[in-house]
This record gives sequence, C-alpha cells and structure tokens, in this order.
Amino acid sequence: MSQSYDRGLIEDFGRWREFSAGMWAWIFHKFTGWVLIGYLFTHVAVLSTALTSASADPATVAANQDLYTQTIQALESLLIVRILEVGLLAVAVFHILNGTRLLLVDLGLGLGSQDRSFYASLILTGAIVVASVPTFLAGVSL
Amino acid sequence: MSTQRQNPETETDNAEAEADTETETERNEVARRRAEQRERERVKENERATADAERYHLKVFRYDPEVEGKQEPRFDDFHVPYEQGMTVLDALIYARDEFDVSLTFRHSCRQAICGSDALFVNGRQRLGCQTQLSDLDQPVRIEPLPHQEVVKDLVVDMEHFYDQMESVEPYFQTTDRPEGELEEQRQSRENREQIKTSTRCIWCGACMSSCNVAAGDNEYLGPAAINKAYRFAMDEREGEEVKQRRLEIIEQEHGVWRCQTQFSCTEVCPKDIPLTEHIQELKREAVKSNLKFW
Ligand code: HEM
Ligand code: SF4
Ligand code: FES
Repeated sequence: MSQSYDRGLIEDFGRWREFSAGMWAWIFHKFTGWVLIGYLFTHVAVLSTALTSASADPATVAANQDLYTQTIQALESLLIVRILEVGLLAVAVFHILNGTRLLLVDLGLGLGSQDRSFYASLILTGAIVVASVPTFLAGVSL
Repeated sequence: MSTQRQNPETETDNAEAEADTETETERNEVARRRAEQRERERVKENERATADAERYHLKVFRYDPEVEGKQEPRFDDFHVPYEQGMTVLDALIYARDEFDVSLTFRHSCRQAICGSDALFVNGRQRLGCQTQLSDLDQPVRIEPLPHQEVVKDLVVDMEHFYDQMESVEPYFQTTDRPEGELEEQRQSRENREQIKTSTRCIWCGACMSSCNVAAGDNEYLGPAAINKAYRFAMDEREGEEVKQRRLEIIEQEHGVWRCQTQFSCTEVCPKDIPLTEHIQELKREAVKSNLKFW
C-alpha cells in the first residue's frame, strides 16, 4: 500500500452542509435524546434538594412560607426558565415524533418516505411548540 | 462553434511585399502594424471570452506523495469546453488528455457498470460517468471518495472495502442438490423478484464512503457488504443451513446492528439499491432467528 494522505477531521466536519434528511434526523435525535437525559437529571436534582426543605406542617404551606413551593414559584417567575421550558417541549416533541418514525423504520414501514416523515416531524414539532408558547409564557413578567 | 477566425494579416500581404524606401511610408507601416497587433489581441481576447463562457470550470483535488510539488493537497482549476451530454468523467478525460497528463483517476466502462469511477462531486458520492455536467453548479468540485485513503489525486485505496465484501462470502453456496432431474438450481420468480435490486451492486464503494458509521468504525461491514449478504441470505436456493451461517456473519458485533438508519447509502447508490431497507430486513431476520418462545 502506498503512502497516503488522511484528509482528516476538519474536512469531514465541513460536510455537514451536504447532509440529507436522514442524516439530520439522526443528529437531531441524538441531540434531543441527550438533552432529555440532561433535563431528567437536573429535574431530579432540583426537586430532591427543594423537597428536603419542604415543610410537613400544613400551616406553613397555607401561610405561603413553604420553601419547596417558594423555590418552584421563584423558578417559574423567571422568563428564562419559561423559555427553557418551551425549548424542552420542542426537544421532547421532536424526540417522540422522530422516535416514532424510527420505530416505523425499524419495522420496515414506509422506508421510501423516510425523508418526508422527518420533515413532517419537524413541522409538527414547530406547530405544537408555537401553539404552546402562550401557555408557557402566561403570567410571567420580564 | 468554430474558434477559428479569419486572420486580419492576410489582407496586408500585398502591401508588405511592395518595396518602399520612403521614410513616410515606413512610419505608416510601423503604425499600421501596431494597430494590427492591437486588433489581433482584441480578437483573441474576445475569442477566449466566448470560449470560456462555454467551458465548464472544474476544481479537481490533487495530491501525490511521490511528487515533491504535490505532497501538499490542493485543488487545480480546469476549464473544459462543454459538449452536450458531457459527463464528469468526460470532462476529467478531456482535462487529462489536453491539459495535464498526470491527472489520475480510475475509469473503465463509462456506462455505470464497472464501478471504478465513484467520486465525491459537489459534495456527494456519484459515478463520474453517470453524472451530467449540466446537472451541476459551477465550479464543479471533484474530490476522491471521503473516508478512504487517497493514493493519488482521485484514486483511493479500495482494499478495505473489498475486504469487507469478501468477508460476507459473496458467492452462492448450498448443501442442497437440485430437485429431481434438474441439473441447475432453479429459483422461483417471487424469490428472484425479492433479491433483484440487491444483485445490481457494482462494487463502487459510494455507499461505504457516505456512511458515517462506517467512517467511525473500520470493522463495520458497511452497506454494500450487508447488501451482498442479503442477496445470498434471501436466496432460497441456498437452504436453511447456509442461511443460518450467513445470519451469524450478518449479526456479528460489527454487522447489521451498527446501522443507525441514516439513509446516506441509499441516497448515493448509483444503482438505486434500497440499502437501508435490506439492512433493516436483515435485522428483523436476525431477531426472528434468535427469538424462541418455546
Ligand atoms: C415517547 C417517547 C420516546 C420515544 C418514542 C423515543 C424513541 C427513541 C428511539 C426509537 C431511539 C433510538 C434511536 C436509534 O434507533 O438510533 C431513542 C434514543 C434515545 N432516546 Fe428516546 N424516546 C422517547 C423518550 C425519551 C426520553 C424521555 C429520553 C430521556 C430521558 C430519551 C432519551 C434517549 C436517548 C439518550 C437516546 C439515545 C440517543 C443516541 O443514540 O445517542 N428518549 N429514543
Ligand atoms: S451498493 Fe450501490 S453504492 Fe454501494 S458499492 Fe454497490 S453499487 Fe456502489
Ligand atoms: S467508468 Fe465504469 S462505472 Fe463509471
């Protein structure tokens, strides 16, 4: 075998522009899957630490002095948290829709329209996310 | 279009032949010659401009570890005169024959059957001989197949690809004898129909080059080899025993389960083989042969 030139990572990396539907679907699916895992752990961490300071006394809760409730309310009053929630919904919806698409692909169903089903997942995700914005951003001030 | 033009010089041949000693005429002569020179240059310039407009601009990857000036990879520009129906391979042949004989690439049949000229053209794996220049944006960027080592210019090392193809035993095997009086192994029409597209592979390696999983895992069999395995595993004439052995090859660690259904191979295959579909079908075959509920 002759000496040869390895065109390396940089060139391969530059190829993202030439990806077609199936490739983007794969990348987004990986990305959203790991974001969901990341969220799951953050979620567990936040809630479990807040829970230890939750009061067992109904009077404290009634007086709005409960730390757990206050933590959640404080978080939910932040615009950035609300925006992140919209992002979380987007990621979750895409992962579910494309996950369903992948399950169909695994069953060998509709392989000929795998690109169209990816675009459909994207569009549906977009629509659901847009529709959810009023709910997620309700009652939050800057 | 003819690129030849009437040479304006011919009209003045007679004038030049006439001997004239007067300085006045000599000065005129010099001025006239200068004007002619300018005119000739202008015509040439025009010719070049019109010719360039009908030329295709190619940017071709060049690299040769054995030549000092080519050890650092670069792109060379070629302006190839366009003819109707010209393919990328035609353009490369023209560039090699007319501009640079050292330009190196593989080709043979020129009709999408030998599989030797899979190239990376404008960011996609394609056969040079099957790709019309008129379908491409200029400049047409021509590179060797990605994820394979470059030997020289557009020539990549295919050895690994061939190894993977060989590893699935790409030939007919059976322990069964033909039925009754028959001397040949007959196949049902339905079975032939099922494996039809999988038999069309021309070993070009485009699919393997487009596959991200194959790029990251050298041991992965790759789409073409799995398709080859499909071609025989699904062939009923081989019989159950051989099929079981084939499935063992297919479901090994670096076999079908590496496929992440990115569909890149299916997109680029010049013979339109539904590669992903075949891989997925083999995954299900593998599961079926392993799942036993009794
Ligand atoms: C209805 C909900 C869901 C569906 C239908 C779904 C579907 C799928 C499918 C089919 C895959 C395999 C992709 C492949 O074949 O390459 C996958 C991968 C994955 N999913 Fe989900 N999923 C769902 C919810 C979730 C949730 C809630 C999480 C996180 C907490 C999650 C995290 C992941 C991760 C990390 C991967 C692996 C990504 C990788 O390949 O690296 N999924 N999902
Ligand atoms: S499967 Fe298609 S792309 Fe792959 S080697 Fe065969 S002909 Fe080429
Ligand atoms: S030259 Fe044979 S496939 Fe292109």
